[in-house]
Amino acid sequence: MTEPASARVREQIDTIYRSDSRRVLATLIRLLGGFDTAEEAMHDAFTAALDSWPKDGLPQNPRAWLVSTGRFKAIDRLRRGARFDAALAETATRIEASAPPPADLDENVEDDQLRLIFTCCHPALSPDARIALTLREVCGLQTEEIARAFLIPAPTLAQRIVRAKGKIRDANIPYQVPSRAELPDRLDAVLHVLYLVFNEGYSASAGQSVTRHDLSAEAIRLGRLLIELLAEPEVMGLLALMLLHDARRLARISTEGDLILLDDQDRSLWNLDQITEGLKLVEQALASRRFGPYTLQAAIAAVHAEAPTASATDWNQIVGIYEVLLRADPTPVVELNRAVAIAMRDGPEAGLALVEAILARGELADYYLAHSAKADLCRRLGHIPEAIAAYESALALTTQSPERRFIERRLTKLRANLRNR
Amino acid sequence: MKYLCLIYDDEKRRATMTKDQLDTMIGEYGAFTESIKKSGQYIGGEPLQPTQTASTVRVRNGKVSATDGPFAETKEQLGGFYLIDAKDLNEAIQVASRIPSAKTGSIEVSPIMAFGAQQASSGTA
Repeated sequence: MTEPASARVREQIDTIYRSDSRRVLATLIRLLGGFDTAEEAMHDAFTAALDSWPKDGLPQNPRAWLVSTGRFKAIDRLRRGARFDAALAETATRIEASAPPPADLDENVEDDQLRLIFTCCHPALSPDARIALTLREVCGLQTEEIARAFLIPAPTLAQRIVRAKGKIRDANIPYQVPSRAELPDRLDAVLHVLYLVFNEGYSASAGQSVTRHDLSAEAIRLGRLLIELLAEPEVMGLLALMLLHDARRLARISTEGDLILLDDQDRSLWNLDQITEGLKLVEQALASRRFGPYTLQAAIAAVHAEAPTASATDWNQIVGIYEVLLRADPTPVVELNRAVAIAMRDGPEAGLALVEAILARGELADYYLAHSAKADLCRRLGHIPEAIAAYESALALTTQSPERRFIERRLTKLRANLRNR
Repeated sequence: MKYLCLIYDDEKRRATMTKDQLDTMIGEYGAFTESIKKSGQYIGGEPLQPTQTASTVRVRNGKVSATDGPFAETKEQLGGFYLIDAKDLNEAIQVASRIPSAKTGSIEVSPIMAFGAQQASSGTA
């Protein structure tokens, strides 16, 4: 092959690595029965591709070529290691004996990706480990990238992943898509991982920037993949929720990095393509009649997205959806949001009574949004000292810089107000 | 693959049960044990006396010390165990979820470490 042609092949290999390496890995884990063996085999396969494709041209089915090359390379490695450990020879023989027919490689690809997702999100793994493993194995992010996004030292994160893989191996967590009976619970665990990854990107729990958008984009990408593999209503609901929130990303933060509330956002900055896609998914999920909390939250986000201006928001509909959500997911946080919606519909007085009742129960005493909701309602009612006290409680409970700056600005204004009276 | 299911429950509950409640529990355990014997998952299992009868033994510098009570004071106490055979963790969790005390207490499921067979078993995941 000529030089420019082989350069083109190397580019194609790069593209295939980005688009297909996770699928190749997912299949190799099934064929070889272990994460580490499969990762090594996948890298061996791509190295072999870099070696032979520029000379021989691309194979007809690159992915199948990579899987079968990876499998042979793994068997080779095990045989070489067998000089030191006889058990490796047995493993190599067993893998060889269960040789898949070529067609199997392509037909099982989607199932293998689902197997990988469900295994990484297995409830027997710690929630932190599920997130780390999913981003590493399913999304292919580097350990350093994940560590940076979650603001933890890379060795800590690497250790978390090693331990999780160790548990999968030693406790024998199967590489399987759960049965029909287990599916709802297990899918919940997967969706929760996606939701946490999205939220970590959308409202970083500490540090300078409110959105670490890469994580949100990764969660949306995973949501799209999951829908292709398993079109359950709650998967649609969660993807819709993420799309509708993410559509407001540009309008949510000022150029100075400050938080802009929904009421004050420039709605022309909202991403219309994402909103259209989100609205369609919400409708589909609602039509299934098997929807749950994610779909309902998406439906609320949809009402906001459809309002041309903040004052045109259909608060009556939002309160109605919160009522349904509260029945499906009876938590104090949902109750708080419903109270805020009622304040928007019926006035701050009605909302304040509800928020104070929730705060009095104590469950949300450490939740800064509960205090800032109370502060805002007091402020709107002209109860300035109460508003200041509540903002001060909220400020003591949040570490996010943009949120802190927002509350501090409100406090400055209110204190000036108090002096001028 | 073998898994040990350790059954933790509040032993005060057992102490304050009426005779009827105790009979019901014994009946449930009998039925459960029978069912996993039939399915071939049972290897062994026993209930334990209350933790006040337990002793903790240590050897330090060649000296044996035995102290009164369990190794750790916990809110739920180790009250019994099953050793089961399951094809993977999912099956083991499924079996553990049917142990009657799972409804009130907690079952800790731990894989048994098999020396020498490690490499072979990790290949079947």
